[in-house]
Amino acid sequence: MATVDVDLPHVKDDDPHHHGPAKGLGRWLFTTNHKDIGSMYLIFSLCMFMIGGIMALIIRAELFQPGLQLVEPNFFNQMTTMHGLIMVFGAVMPAFVGLANWMIPMQIGAPDMALPRMNNWSFWILPFAFLILLSSLFMPGGAPNFGWTFYAPLSTTYAPESVTFFIFGVHIMGASSIMGAINIIATILNMRAPGMTLMKMPMFTWTWLITAFLLIAVMPVLAGVVTMMLMDIHFGTSFFNAAGGGDPVLFQHVFWFFGHPEVYIMILPAFGIISEIIPTFARKRLFGYSSMVYAVASIALLSFVVWAHHMFTVGMPLVGEVFFMFATMLIAVPTGVKVFNWVATMFRGSMTFETPMLFALAFVVLFTIGGFSGLMLAIAPADFQYHDTYFVVAHFHYVLVPGAIFSIMAAAYYWLPKWTGHQLNETMGKLHFWLSFVGVNITFFPMHFVGLAGMPRRIPDYALQFADFNSMASVGAFIFGFSQLVFIYNIIQNVRVGEKATAQVWEGAHGLEWTVPSPAPYHTFSTPPKVD
Amino acid sequence: MSGSTYYVPEQSKWPILASIALGLLAYGAAMTLTSMSADRDSIGPWVLGAGFLVIFYVIFGWFKDQIREEAEGLHSDQLDGSYRQGMLWFIFSEVMFFAAFFGALFYVRTFSVPWLGGEGEKGVANMLWEGFTATWPLLQTPDMKQFPGAQNIIDPWHLPLVNTILLISSSVTVTFAHHALKENKRRALEAWLAATILLAAVFLYFQAVEYHEAYTELGLTLQAGIYGATFFMLTGFHGFHVMLGTTMLFVMLLRCFDGAFSPEKHFAFEAVAWYWHFVDVVWVGLFIFVYIL
Repeated sequence: MATVDVDLPHVKDDDPHHHGPAKGLGRWLFTTNHKDIGSMYLIFSLCMFMIGGIMALIIRAELFQPGLQLVEPNFFNQMTTMHGLIMVFGAVMPAFVGLANWMIPMQIGAPDMALPRMNNWSFWILPFAFLILLSSLFMPGGAPNFGWTFYAPLSTTYAPESVTFFIFGVHIMGASSIMGAINIIATILNMRAPGMTLMKMPMFTWTWLITAFLLIAVMPVLAGVVTMMLMDIHFGTSFFNAAGGGDPVLFQHVFWFFGHPEVYIMILPAFGIISEIIPTFARKRLFGYSSMVYAVASIALLSFVVWAHHMFTVGMPLVGEVFFMFATMLIAVPTGVKVFNWVATMFRGSMTFETPMLFALAFVVLFTIGGFSGLMLAIAPADFQYHDTYFVVAHFHYVLVPGAIFSIMAAAYYWLPKWTGHQLNETMGKLHFWLSFVGVNITFFPMHFVGLAGMPRRIPDYALQFADFNSMASVGAFIFGFSQLVFIYNIIQNVRVGEKATAQVWEGAHGLEWTVPSPAPYHTFSTPPKVD
Repeated sequence: MSGSTYYVPEQSKWPILASIALGLLAYGAAMTLTSMSADRDSIGPWVLGAGFLVIFYVIFGWFKDQIREEAEGLHSDQLDGSYRQGMLWFIFSEVMFFAAFFGALFYVRTFSVPWLGGEGEKGVANMLWEGFTATWPLLQTPDMKQFPGAQNIIDPWHLPLVNTILLISSSVTVTFAHHALKENKRRALEAWLAATILLAAVFLYFQAVEYHEAYTELGLTLQAGIYGATFFMLTGFHGFHVMLGTTMLFVMLLRCFDGAFSPEKHFAFEAVAWYWHFVDVVWVGLFIFVYIL
C-alpha cells in the first residue's frame, strides 16, 4: 500500500471523497474504506489459512504411519474440528468477503460499499470471534472435539466445557457474516452506476449477489441450531434428547439446512472469479453469460432442498432418501452448464497461461473431479458404502481446496496488480502454482482409494493396509503446505517491488475495475461512471 | 452534497467499539454459563457486564452521530435506499432465525414424537421406551424422571387470544401513526405511537403473567420435555423481539417529542414500523402453531 495516494485528511473537510487514508493504526481500526476493509479481510483470511493449515499438517503427520505417534486421540479430534471450523469460517468465507469488498464497488462503479461503517464492524468482529474459538484450545478439557459439523449429542451431552465458548463464537461470527452479506446486497442493488443493469454486471458481482442471499437465509439458522445446543447444555431443554421427545437427528436436519447452502456460499463466488479470469486469458467474451447467471441462481435455490443427502445413513424414511437423492443429482445440470460454458469460452480463444489462468484451469479440472465424486455420493444406496469414509474427505477437499482455495489464489494473482500497482513475478507465481497443484493431488487423490476401501474419517489410527496411500497423502500435504510460503513471499514482494502495472494490467481484461489506475486510488468512482 | 454524491461517512470509532463489546459479551456469557453449570465462581458476569456497558455506550453514540449527520443534510436519497435494503434484509434474517425454531417444532410433531410412539416408518424407535404413546401436546415424555412433562398447557382462548388482539391492534395503531406523520399531524402521530407502546406493554405484561402461571401452576417449564422447550424458545424469542421493538418505538416517541421526522423523510420511524409488523406476523404464526394446534 506504499504508493497509495497520500493526500492527508484535512481536519474539517466537508467532502470525505478527497480524503486519503488516515495515518497509523487508527486507519485500520476506524476505517470506512472498502479497500482498507477488503485488505484486512484478506490478510485475516491468510493468517487463518496458515493456522488451519498447521492443524492439517498435525493431522497428516499423525496419519503418516499407522499407530499413535505424535498426538493423543482427543487432541487429534480437536485438530480435525478446529481445522474444519477455521478453514470454513476463518479462511474461505472471509477471503471471499474481502474480495467482494475490494472488487464489487469497482466492478459496478460505486464509490464504496453501501454501509461503510457496518462494513468495518463486520470485519472487526471476526478477530474477536476467532480469539474466542482459538482460546478454547487452552481450556480445561480442550477445544471442541466433535467435528466441524458438531453433531449432537457429541456436542451437547458429551462435549468439553469449551463448547459454550464455541457457541458464542459462532454467534458473533454469524452476526458478522449476516452484516457483511446485507452490505453486499445493498451495494449491488442500490449502488450500481447509471447504465449498469443487472444483466450487465460482471459475473463475480452476480455470484456474490446470490451468495449474499444464501448467507442471509442460512446464517440465522446456524444461530438457531447453536442456540438450541446452548439451551440443551445449560437450561435442561430436550431439543436433541429423545428422552424428552426431541431427537438428535433434528440437530442434523437443522444443521444441514444451514450446512448445504453454506457449501455453496464457499463455491459460488469461486465460480464468479473463474468466470472473470477465463475470458481475460482466452481473449474472448464469456460464453453464455445469461445461462451462467441462471445456472448460479438455480444452484442456489436447489441448495435449500438437498440438505439431507448428508444424512442418508441416519435412518430417514425411504421417500426422503429418494427425494434428496434426485434433488441432489439435479444440481449437476446447472453445474454442468457452467463447466461447459468455461470450456466453450476457451474454445478457439487466444489462450495464454499466466499464473491466474493456471489456477483457473486447475480449478475447472479439479473442481469437476470433486463434482463427480459428489455425484457418486449423491446416490443414496452407494452412499451407505462411502458414508463417513475418506472418500467423503477426498470429495469435499477436491471442491474446497483446488476449488474454493485455488479460486481465491487465482483472484489474488489476478487482482494484486490492481491493488498494489505492481506487475506479478510470473516465475514465482508459476512455481507456487505447480507446487500447489502437485501437492494437492498427491494429498487428496489417494484418499479416494482408502475411502472406497473402507478407511473411516476422523480417526488418528488405521489398519495396516491403508498405510501406503496415507503416507503418500501426508507427503503431499507437506508439499502443499510449505509451498504456501511461496504464496506469502509472492504477495509481500508484489506489495514491495515489481514493474509498474498499467490500468489495464492484463491485455484481455474488460470491466470497470480495469479503467481506474493501478494501484486503484483510495477513492474510486466518487462520481459514478456512465456505462452503456 | 445531498443528492449529488453518495455519502461515504468519515472514520468512526463505533464499529471497533461495537466489536469489542460483542467480544466481551460472547466471552462473558460463555464464562458465566460454563461456571454456572459447573457450580463455580468466575469473573464471567463482570466481563458480561462490561460488554453491556460498552454496547450501550456504542448504541447511544452511534445513533447520536447518525442523527446529527442526517440533520446536517449529509444523507442523500440513495443512502436512504441503502438503509431500506439493510432493514429489509435484516428482517429477512430474523424471519429465518424464527424459521429454524418453527422447523424444529414441525419436525418433532410430524416425525420424532410419532416415531418414538411407534407410529410410522421409523416407529421401531418405540423400543427405546416401550409403552410410550405419542400425543401432542406432549405431556407424558418418554423419560418422566429426566424431563417431567407439564400437567397442562396454556389455554389459547384466554390470555393468548387477548394478546393476539393486542398485537394486531398495535400493528393498526402504528400504521395510523405513520399516516399521521405523513400528513404532518404531530399530535395524532404522538397519540397513536403512545397507544402502540401501551398495547405492547400490556402484551408483555400478560406474557409475563402467562409464564408465571406456566412455571408455578402448570409445571410447564423449559425442562418439561420438547413441548416446553419449543414453547418457551419460540414465545421467549418472540417476547424478546417485542421488548426490543417496544424500546425502539419508545425511542421514536421521544424523538417525535423532540420534533424529529418530516412528512417526507422519516426512515427511522418506518424501519421501526416494519420491525413491528414483523413481530406481529411472527406472533400470528405462534398463536396458530404453538398455542392452538
